[in-house]
Amino acid sequence: MALLEVSQLDVRFALRQGEVKAIRDVSFTLERGERLGIVGESGAGKSVAAFSLLNLISKPGFIAGGSVRFEGQTLNTMSERGLRKIRGNRISMIFQDPMMTLNPVLSIGEQMVECLKAHRRISSRDARAIALDKLRQVQIPSPEKRLDQYPHELSGGMRQRIIIAIALLLDPDIIIADEPTTALDVTIQAEIMALLLDLCEQHNVGLILITHDLGVVSQVTQRMLVMYAGRVIEQGPTREIINDPQHPYTQGLINALPQMATPGEKLNQIRGSMPSLSNLPSGCAFHPRCDFIRRTDGQVRPACIEQVPGFVQAGNCQAACHMVAELQEDRRLKEESQ
Amino acid sequence: MTMKTNKAPSRLERFRDSFVWYSFKRDRTAQLCLAVFLCLVMAAFAAPLLAPTDPYDLRQIDIMASELPPFWIDGADEQYSLGTDAQGRDLWSIILYGTRVSLLIGFGAVILQALLGVTFGLMAGYLGGRVDAFLMRLADIQLSFSTLMVAIVVGAVVKATLGGAFYSQYAVLMLVLIIGLAEWPQYARTVRASVLAEKGKEYVDAARVMGLRSKRIMFRHVLPNTLSPIFVISTVQIANAIISEAALSFLGLGMPETHPSLGSLIKAGFDYIQSGSWWITLIPGAVLVVLVLSINLLGDWLRDVMNPRLYKG
Amino acid sequence: MSMPASARVDNHIPAENVDVAQPLLQIRDLRKRFSLSGDFLDQLRFKGGKLVRHQEHVHAINGVNLDIKRGEALCVVGESGCGKSTVARTVMGLLSPSEGEIHFDGQRIDHLSSRQLLPYRKRMQMIFQNPYASLNPRMTIQQTLEEPLRLHHPKWNRQQIADKVEEVMRSVGIDPDWGKRFGHEFSGGQRQRIAIARALAVDPEFIVADEPISALDVSIQAQVLNLLMEAQHERHLTYLFITHDLAVVEHFGTRVAVMYLGTVCEIATTATLFSKPRHPYTQALLSSIPRLEDDRPQHIRLKGEVPTPVHLPSGCVFHGRCPYANPRCREEIPLLQMQHDGTHVACHAVEEGRL
Repeated sequence: MALLEVSQLDVRFALRQGEVKAIRDVSFTLERGERLGIVGESGAGKSVAAFSLLNLISKPGFIAGGSVRFEGQTLNTMSERGLRKIRGNRISMIFQDPMMTLNPVLSIGEQMVECLKAHRRISSRDARAIALDKLRQVQIPSPEKRLDQYPHELSGGMRQRIIIAIALLLDPDIIIADEPTTALDVTIQAEIMALLLDLCEQHNVGLILITHDLGVVSQVTQRMLVMYAGRVIEQGPTREIINDPQHPYTQGLINALPQMATPGEKLNQIRGSMPSLSNLPSGCAFHPRCDFIRRTDGQVRPACIEQVPGFVQAGNCQAACHMVAELQEDRRLKEESQ
Repeated sequence: MTMKTNKAPSRLERFRDSFVWYSFKRDRTAQLCLAVFLCLVMAAFAAPLLAPTDPYDLRQIDIMASELPPFWIDGADEQYSLGTDAQGRDLWSIILYGTRVSLLIGFGAVILQALLGVTFGLMAGYLGGRVDAFLMRLADIQLSFSTLMVAIVVGAVVKATLGGAFYSQYAVLMLVLIIGLAEWPQYARTVRASVLAEKGKEYVDAARVMGLRSKRIMFRHVLPNTLSPIFVISTVQIANAIISEAALSFLGLGMPETHPSLGSLIKAGFDYIQSGSWWITLIPGAVLVVLVLSINLLGDWLRDVMNPRLYKG
Repeated sequence: MSMPASARVDNHIPAENVDVAQPLLQIRDLRKRFSLSGDFLDQLRFKGGKLVRHQEHVHAINGVNLDIKRGEALCVVGESGCGKSTVARTVMGLLSPSEGEIHFDGQRIDHLSSRQLLPYRKRMQMIFQNPYASLNPRMTIQQTLEEPLRLHHPKWNRQQIADKVEEVMRSVGIDPDWGKRFGHEFSGGQRQRIAIARALAVDPEFIVADEPISALDVSIQAQVLNLLMEAQHERHLTYLFITHDLAVVEHFGTRVAVMYLGTVCEIATTATLFSKPRHPYTQALLSSIPRLEDDRPQHIRLKGEVPTPVHLPSGCVFHGRCPYANPRCREEIPLLQMQHDGTHVACHAVEEGRL
């Protein structure tokens, strides 16, 4: 049994325009010590997916169906009391904005000690020793000094290191990181990601990394999910998806990166933009932007417009597209002709 | 974002789609308050049509019919449904006319406050530096004079130079001037704060890069985006102005008794409470409370609706 | 590209005046300080029993020299707080420089009044970072696009303006029928297209783009970048392109200037910079880009963090984090020096051949 099993998760938001389905039919598993990336653009539902794992969706949102099972316990039906024992303790979260976790009026040491004491029977002195040890692990310079500092006295990169130290405080099994480096500069981002990766490997901690950055995903994760308009549209081993994406959206996303084009030439763009969740296209949600919905005779494939595609196995990956087999065949023919 | 229809929605359609209309449809208090407020406004401005007598016409006043009680009390005269005041004026008529005076002063004063406050606030916020420092110190000084002080000073100066008759003749104008002058800093401060927030946004930079003059940027770009807080504060200010006017009139610094507002009606009746004619004070008082309450509740609702953090999510 | 006849007449400068060798924009020893100390009363402090005036400044730009050649896209890259946006805003006259000069087409422009600047406003335009804030929420798209035309072409009649608006809307891929809608009815990418249309409406020669794609999604970034490149080819534009994203620079830039803490540390053609970065900071920056082919982060680790621009380090601003720093770096400010391949590098280690 996997450490974390998410099956057919369905999250909705009751808005005045009516009910909006933020994520639909999201299923995945995470093994102990595995690193999983969830990739998508804004509005794809990746953050909602992350928040719903710990039942952190607040009104007007609610989990409408499916289940999140952690070591056999169903989290989405668990009481708030039970959840508190898991949040921060067994599964911890890292947010994009460190100030969502840090309390501005408490010193770093006080916050870490408080967090430890909430979950363990432990003396303040021992708690402080553990906190210091975690700060050393995240390679903060002069960690003793940091314990007595306040969040506003630290730089953005330093705060994110503190957040990682807090996330590791109770030796969790899983860390969920929601865009942990988006607000940071590239050089700091590289260091934070390297640190997170090292620590997860050292302590055999599972990582769910939510990001829009394909480069980061390829550097850090072993498996990845690609989300589009609330659904998972492709999943599989990261390297295989990056090297040989099956879904037209994933292909478009990778090909749109400047590094995939010759400098000065036109970039391969995906036309249009992500549809609004309250007004999704019929059938495959990607079909209005897809370059492959027309057959060679110019006719639109009816399935793309009428039917929501299910997963099709392709190697070790799965892609939710009606045309996976045909597209593979096309690519093979093209390569042969070259 | 749906772009299926190429025709842009009209203003009416936009309004019907807006959060303001949506929230209004669901908020019973706001609906009731708006209804009450509109009834009072319409009744006040239709006073010459609705009122059975003209209280300003001395020939229609019968001094013998003074201090008659309202209809539900023994000794009432059918002719005067809400009774009469000490001078024998029909209370119903005079309340209608009085409400009209009160509303006129309230709105007039707020328009003056808004004109001064919005202009100064816009200049202080957008131009900054010395202009800002000067205007805001001016506002601080203005705020340290209470409305009462301004009323006494203006009243004294006008009465001394132009005579008491002149003052009574132009009392409405005088009160608009006094309350308008005394309270513009409220507007100026609110507008300045939101101008400072808007000024940092890129569309203002874009307008500057385009080469537009400061005046055009201030009025065409910044001002329309500070309207929400101006609306909200206006409701509160109208209620405040009506109360200020009532207070000034009660103290004898406002409307003369020959041309009473709600405040001067309350004052006029106050002396007769002891003698049992409570209605002369309490009925206009109740009208004042209902008027101010409905405006304030509408203001509360508007503030909730216009709070961008609540509805932009 | 069809254009109303009158639009052509006053568009470009007469050919004989164009000195092709002369850079379109020259930035000379530009410095910009922001005061942190508030007004005069706030600056007064008691020190040793005496009342003294104490001022603190953020040193946002410290002596930047840049030449932007006609037709090129000069990219300025650096991390937050390096002063790249301040350079852009100073060039556009949104900020006035503390010291230094800015020349546009041979004319000094940094000291001009807003009225004197008006003819230059038509020739240089700006695109902003946040498409959600750069359109006035109370104006329709039509009004937004008409405004610069009415200002800069006061003689045009209604039809000429309408034609021009339609033309620029088409050229950025926005259906002119949507003109009566407001900015908030569009997605981020469409808004950025509209912002680009507003800049292009007056037919400028030079465009400052301050992080124009940073706020957009990956698939939309490609669309907007393509649009900017298309506009460059069709309208012979010169760009000053500010960004923190090196992958974009590699694709888009003709030349690149790397900034650190208010100074330029390296200027090179894009190909040279990416194949042979010279300055230690450039090397670290390039190694930090997460690339698809990497299985692990492979960056050069730098010591510490960027110092505050309030108290600048002595000597080379990078010395505290540089693996090659020596005593000279701590004392002497390195100057930009031309290398044999035309690259300019400000580094003692490169100069001495230690690197």
